[in-house]
Amino acid sequence: MLTPNPASFSDTMTDSRTARPQTRIVGTPQIRKEGVDKVLGRAKYVDDLEREGMWHGATVRSTIPRGRIRAIHYDPHIDWSEFVVVTAADIPGTNQIQMISADQPCLAADAVNHCDEAVVLLAHPDKRRLPEAVAAVRIEYDPLPAVLSIEDSETQQEIIWESHSDALGNYGGNIFKQFHLEKGNVDEVWATAAHIVEGEYRTGAQEHLYIENNGMIAEYSEEDGITVWGSLQCPFYVHKSLMAVFDLSVERVRVIQTETGGAFGGKEDYPSVIASHAGLLAKKARRPIKMVYDRMEDLAATTKRHPSRTRHRTAVDKSGKLLAMEIDLATDGGAYATLSSTVLSRATLHSTGPYVCPNVRITSRAWATNTVPYGAFRGFGAPQSIFAIERHMEQIARAVGIDSAELRRRNFLHDGDSTATEQVMREPVILDTLLARALQESDYTAKRERFMRENRHSAIKRGMGIAAFYHGAGFTGSGERYLNSLAGIDVTAQGKARVLVSSTEFGQGTNTILTQIAAESLGLSYDDVAMAPCDTHLIPNSGPTVASRTSMVVGHLIERSGHQLIAWLQEHAGLGESYTRNEFFAACDRYREQHGKVESLCRYEAPPNVYWDDQSYRGEAYPTFAWAVYVAEIAVDTMTYSAEVTNFYTVQEVGRVLNPTLASGQIEGGVAQGIGYALYEKVLLKNGHMFNNQMTNYIMPTAADVPPISVFFEEIPFAYGAYGAKGIGELPHDGPAPAILNAIQDATGESFTSIPLLPEDIFIRMAVRAPHEELAPV
Amino acid sequence: MNACWPQIKLTVNGQQTAVEVPAMKRLLDVLREDLGLTGTKEGCGEGECGSCSVRMNGELVNSCLVPILQASNARIETVEGLAIDAELHPLQKAFLECGGAQCGICTPGMLMAATQLLEHNPHPSMEEIREGLAGNLCRCTGFIKIFESVVAAASMGVVNAR
Repeated sequence: MLTPNPASFSDTMTDSRTARPQTRIVGTPQIRKEGVDKVLGRAKYVDDLEREGMWHGATVRSTIPRGRIRAIHYDPHIDWSEFVVVTAADIPGTNQIQMISADQPCLAADAVNHCDEAVVLLAHPDKRRLPEAVAAVRIEYDPLPAVLSIEDSETQQEIIWESHSDALGNYGGNIFKQFHLEKGNVDEVWATAAHIVEGEYRTGAQEHLYIENNGMIAEYSEEDGITVWGSLQCPFYVHKSLMAVFDLSVERVRVIQTETGGAFGGKEDYPSVIASHAGLLAKKARRPIKMVYDRMEDLAATTKRHPSRTRHRTAVDKSGKLLAMEIDLATDGGAYATLSSTVLSRATLHSTGPYVCPNVRITSRAWATNTVPYGAFRGFGAPQSIFAIERHMEQIARAVGIDSAELRRRNFLHDGDSTATEQVMREPVILDTLLARALQESDYTAKRERFMRENRHSAIKRGMGIAAFYHGAGFTGSGERYLNSLAGIDVTAQGKARVLVSSTEFGQGTNTILTQIAAESLGLSYDDVAMAPCDTHLIPNSGPTVASRTSMVVGHLIERSGHQLIAWLQEHAGLGESYTRNEFFAACDRYREQHGKVESLCRYEAPPNVYWDDQSYRGEAYPTFAWAVYVAEIAVDTMTYSAEVTNFYTVQEVGRVLNPTLASGQIEGGVAQGIGYALYEKVLLKNGHMFNNQMTNYIMPTAADVPPISVFFEEIPFAYGAYGAKGIGELPHDGPAPAILNAIQDATGESFTSIPLLPEDIFIRMAVRAPHEELAPV
Repeated sequence: MNACWPQIKLTVNGQQTAVEVPAMKRLLDVLREDLGLTGTKEGCGEGECGSCSVRMNGELVNSCLVPILQASNARIETVEGLAIDAELHPLQKAFLECGGAQCGICTPGMLMAATQLLEHNPHPSMEEIREGLAGNLCRCTGFIKIFESVVAAASMGVVNAR
C-alpha cells in the first residue's frame, strides 16, 4: 500500500532532472516519535530523574585566567565532614578529557588556564547547601600574564601553548592547528587584475543557549564500574573519556542518554567533562551524584562558537570573474585544543564560498587564548568563514559596479567545476536555479526598487541582502572512514523492530527520521519501529551525532540494514517476495529460533572514487554538499539605530527531504539562531570570563523578534545518502548573518564587517556620518 | 519536615494538596520536588525563558519567581493537567501535528502560555500570538511552527473542545 507524498507541504518542488523514488513513509510528515511524551510533559530529562540515596554535586572554579595553583583553602566555618570533596588527586586514571587531542584536564591540578576552570568538586545531600560551600573554598594562585585575544596570541610574546609539529608541519607557539591550501598560482594574478578588493571580517562568540542546561547523574560501584545518565549528543565520546579518567575497561563504563533539551553542538564535548566530574564524586561518595548546572554556570563554563577574523584579498577581471583569492583565517580556540582543529578545517573548506576560482591560497590558524575552550556549534566554523566571503562578495560587486546577485551568478560552481581542494563537482549543482527562485520568491528586484525610492523620505531604511553558500555534509575528508560507523536494526521477541544506533535525539528529529527509514526499508509501518534505548551497553557505535551526518550517513546504514534483514529473512526464514506485517514477524520468529537473535548491522562504506589527502588537503573534502541561497529583508530605524529582519526567504537543495515538517523546522530554527548571531547575541568577556552570563543579559530572538521565514526545497536525491538524503541541520545557520548585513548595507549604504551588530554599533557609525537634518520627518 | 515550616494548601490540576516547606521555596521546586510534577522545567531561574510557566489563579506566572507562600490557597495548573484522561488537549495535538515541539524542554511552558492566550483570545492574530508567547523562549523551532500550532489549535476551538 502506498501513501501519497504530502503535496500539501508548502512549495516543496522536485527538480525535473531526477524523479523522486516512490516511498510510503520516507518523505511524509510523520509525527515526532517521542512527541507525545514531550507534549504531555512526561519526557524525562536528566534533572527529572532521581536515584536512591542520591547526593548533589557542585564545582569550584578558577577566578583568574592563568596562574599556578599555590594552595586550596577550606573555610573552617563550614563543617566539611558533611561534604565529599574531590580534587585532581582523586582521579584514578588519566587527568585528561579525551577529544581529538587529550589536552584538557578533567580537573585543574597545578595550574589554571582560563577563568571558570574546574578545580574542586563538592557533593552534599542537600543541593541548597552547596552554593555556600562553593563560596567557602578559596584557591590561592601565583598569577601569570594572560592571553585574551587572537591578536595577543599572534604576538607570541606570551606562550601558553608550546610549539609542536604534526604531518602538516611545524607550529609556532600558541597555534593549535594550521592549514595551508594552494591552488594555481595566486601571485601571478595581482598585477593584471582589473580590481583587487580587500576586506577584514570578524565574528563573535555565540552561546548555544539550549534551554536545558548541561547535566549528568553518575553511579559507581567496584563490580559494575561507572554508569552515567545525562544530556548529551555523543555517547561514545563520553564513554571514551570515562574509560581514561577512571582507568576502566570498555564494558565497565556505561553511558545512557536521557531526553536532551537542545544541544546544537554544545553537548558534543562538554558532557565528557561533567560526566567525569559527577563520576568522581560518585566514586568517592559511594552513592549516586547528580550535577545539573544552573544557567549562570552553564553560560560561564561551557563551550561557545569560535570567534574569528578573516582577511580576504581578491582579484577579479572587468566582468567580476574571480581570478585569485587569498584568504587568511584565524580563530580563537580558547585554552585547550578540544575540537578547534576540526572546526578550523571546516571553516577553511568553506571560506571560498560556492564559487569557482582558478587561483586560491588559504592560510588558517586556530590560536590558543586563556578563555573557556571554544567548541562545536551548528555549522562548526562554516558560519564564520561564510560570513566573511559573502560580505566580501558584496564589496567586490560594488567595486566592479554590478549587482551582487549577478556577481554571484557569474562565479557560481557548476557540475564539473572544482573547488579549492580540487574536488570536482560530480553531482548536479543547481545554484543558478536556487538563486533565481530566491529572487523570485522574495520579489527581490521590485522590493529593492521600492525600498530605494521610499528610503529617501523615511527614517526607516529598508533593504534586501543575499547569501549563497554550501555546507559539506558529513565528516570532513577521511573522517567517515576513520569513524567506521556501525548501525543496524534488531527485532525483539516481543515483535518490535528497533533501530540500533548511538545517534541521539536532541530535538532535531533523529528518532523520527531513523525509524521512518527503518520502517520504509523493512516494509513495516512507522508504528512498528522504535528506537533501542540509547545505552552504550545495548547499541553499536554509529559515531557522534554531529556534522549533519545522521540522516545521510547513519540513515543510509539503517536503510542497508533493513534491506539486508529482508534478504536474510527471505533466504533463511521463508519470507515471501511480498509479505504482510504478520508474515514479517513470523519469519523473524523462525529466524530467531535458528540464529538466536534477529539483528542486522551494517558498517560504513565510503562512496566509490572518493579521494582525500590529509596532508595536502586535496581531494573530496565532503562526500556531498547541501546548497542554498537565502534572502534577508531588513529595516534599520535611523532614530533608534536598531535593525530588524522583516522577512526571510530560504531556498535550499538538501537531497531528498525525508520528513517535510522536521526539515522545515530545522531550517526555521537555524535561521532564527543565525538572526541572533547577526543582530542580538553578544558574549561579553572580562579576563576571559563571560560576565553577561544570564538570559537577562545575553539576548536571543524571541517570538516577537523572528520574521516570517519562507522555506523552499529543491530535491536532488544523493545516491549514497538514506533514500537520497544529504545533511540539513547545520546549513541554515550559515546564511542569515551575511544576508542580513548585506541587506543593511543595501538599506543604509554602510558596510559593517563584524557580528554581532548591535544598535550601538550602528549608532556609532551612522550618527557620525548621517546627520539628522538629512532625514525626513517620520 | 521542620517545625518552622508553614503548611501551605494549594490546588494543583484540580487536586487539593498541602505541603510543609520553607516559605520562600520556589513554586517550581515544590511542583518538581515535593509533588513530583517534573513536567514544569527550569531554564534560567530568573523569569526570562518561561520554561517554568504555569497558571496560578488563571494568570500565567514564571514558577521560578513565585515563593510558595505566595501560592497559598492558589489554583495551579501545569502541563500535567492539560490532557484529560487519555485525550490530548487540542494544543497538544496541534504541537504534535505541526512540529511545535522539537527538543521539548520549552514545550510545557509554551503550552501553558498558549493555553492562557487562547482562553482570553480564542482567535488571536499573528501579532497577538507573537506577543502572547514573547515571554517563552524556544531555541529549536525559530517559533514558526509554534505559531502554526497555536493557529491550528485555535481553529479546533480550544475552549469548546474541553
